[in-house]
Amino acid sequence: MSMTHDTIEKNIGLMGILTLIVISFGGLAEIVPLFFLEETTKPVKGLKPYTALQMEGRDIYIREGCNTCHSQMVRPFRAETERYGPYSVAGEHVWEHPFLWGSKRTGPDLARVGGRYSDEWHRVHLINPRDVVPESNMPSFPWLAENVLDGELTAKKLSIFKNQFGVPYKDEDIAGAKEAVAGKTELDALVAYLQSLGHAAENRR
Amino acid sequence: MSEFWSWWIIAITLICIFGNFWLLHFTKKTEADECEDGTTGHAYDGIQEYNNPLPKWWLNLFYITLAFGIGYLILFPGLGKFEGTLGWTKENQWEAEVQQAESVYLPLFKQYENTPVTELVNDELAMDMGRRIFLNVCFACHGSDAAGSPGYPNLTDNDWLYGSTPDIIEESITNGRSGQMPPFGQQFNEEQITFLTSYVVSLSGRNAPENEIAKGKALYDTNCVACHGADGKGSHAFGAPNLTDTTWLFGGSRKVIARTIRSGRNGQMPAHKDILGKAKIRLVTAYVYSLSQEKAE
Repeated sequence: MSMTHDTIEKNIGLMGILTLIVISFGGLAEIVPLFFLEETTKPVKGLKPYTALQMEGRDIYIREGCNTCHSQMVRPFRAETERYGPYSVAGEHVWEHPFLWGSKRTGPDLARVGGRYSDEWHRVHLINPRDVVPESNMPSFPWLAENVLDGELTAKKLSIFKNQFGVPYKDEDIAGAKEAVAGKTELDALVAYLQSLGHAAENRR
Repeated sequence: MSEFWSWWIIAITLICIFGNFWLLHFTKKTEADECEDGTTGHAYDGIQEYNNPLPKWWLNLFYITLAFGIGYLILFPGLGKFEGTLGWTKENQWEAEVQQAESVYLPLFKQYENTPVTELVNDELAMDMGRRIFLNVCFACHGSDAAGSPGYPNLTDNDWLYGSTPDIIEESITNGRSGQMPPFGQQFNEEQITFLTSYVVSLSGRNAPENEIAKGKALYDTNCVACHGADGKGSHAFGAPNLTDTTWLFGGSRKVIARTIRSGRNGQMPAHKDILGKAKIRLVTAYVYSLSQEKAE
């Protein structure tokens, strides 16, 4: 044991700093470059920002915790692409803040669910899943049909996404945001969001 | 990946590997200290500590890990832009997986692609495959027993919106269907909707007030015949349901019928040509066709 080692062992602050430096090497090599690579920072061709209604729907998706049972990430395995569709790529998610990839599938993956079922199916299914899938163990969300969006924060949400995250919203999108969700229920918004999922998958690569 | 970030990753990775090697090599101790008693000299509450070297096997595990890391980085992508000598990528692993599966499964599906549905229904294997596809894809709306649910047709009865022939079923699956019942809530007041409901109820042989039926029939004759027909038997061309039978797509209670008239209906069968492809559609068509055939016999 050298004297230096003694010094480190007896000085917890110094040891903390040195530990931090050592473990930061992993992050420097694995995480930092991702903020600068084209594959992880540029949107895929055909990626569209969420409309005002879809953006509200996305927040309801988060509020109801849909992402705890549904992932939004098709992995590059045949079993997954066979069931769900083309595998996900980073460029589809560059405007997601926070991303909703999820880590557990109690229900199926939703990354490619847009257009898979009709709007009406989603309505029935969200209000009571067992009306269309008797075996389903998904909870019912009947209040979504009753709650009407007030749209107070919709414009603010879009402008945050524009200014902080660089999502290309136009000024008129933001100005018309409140009107775009006027009179819509939470169910309308959530269905609009679900139907938008995976819209850029065909243009992938 | 730009040159800069490629070298950035390479540099940090190699610094870590060789830095670890250096640390291990210069701090390792192969023999116990040669103090008189072999201890570190620490004493806590009279407890002393031997200063023994790390066991050899443990030390070697560290070296093996480093060697493994270097070997891995030579074979697989990891060092910046260096692709690894094996040329492995996620994408081509997936492609190989798909190709391998297709070489096995595709001929199984392809062999049925041009077989007439009427023949397939007698082929046990084809029926089994069709059933599997149905359970994977169609169950969400039509149910795993294919008996449907309100708004989603029952496929096991012999009542068809667009027609019962295999060609028509195949067309529905391939290109989807859009069944539009326009809303009449603007055009009719609630009283008129009640009359119309009574008439529709009477078409399937149920009781309704006679005077309402007569008034409802007048409305029906001017507004509904185009799709549902003068006799109320519906039209396969428009996918308009037969109103004289006891099968109801959205429900046959007065309340539901009135709502259908007031708000209209919008039935959507999504197109599956891109999801399933021709051969699988043929198989699932045969399966769906077989469901009602048994009933018809």
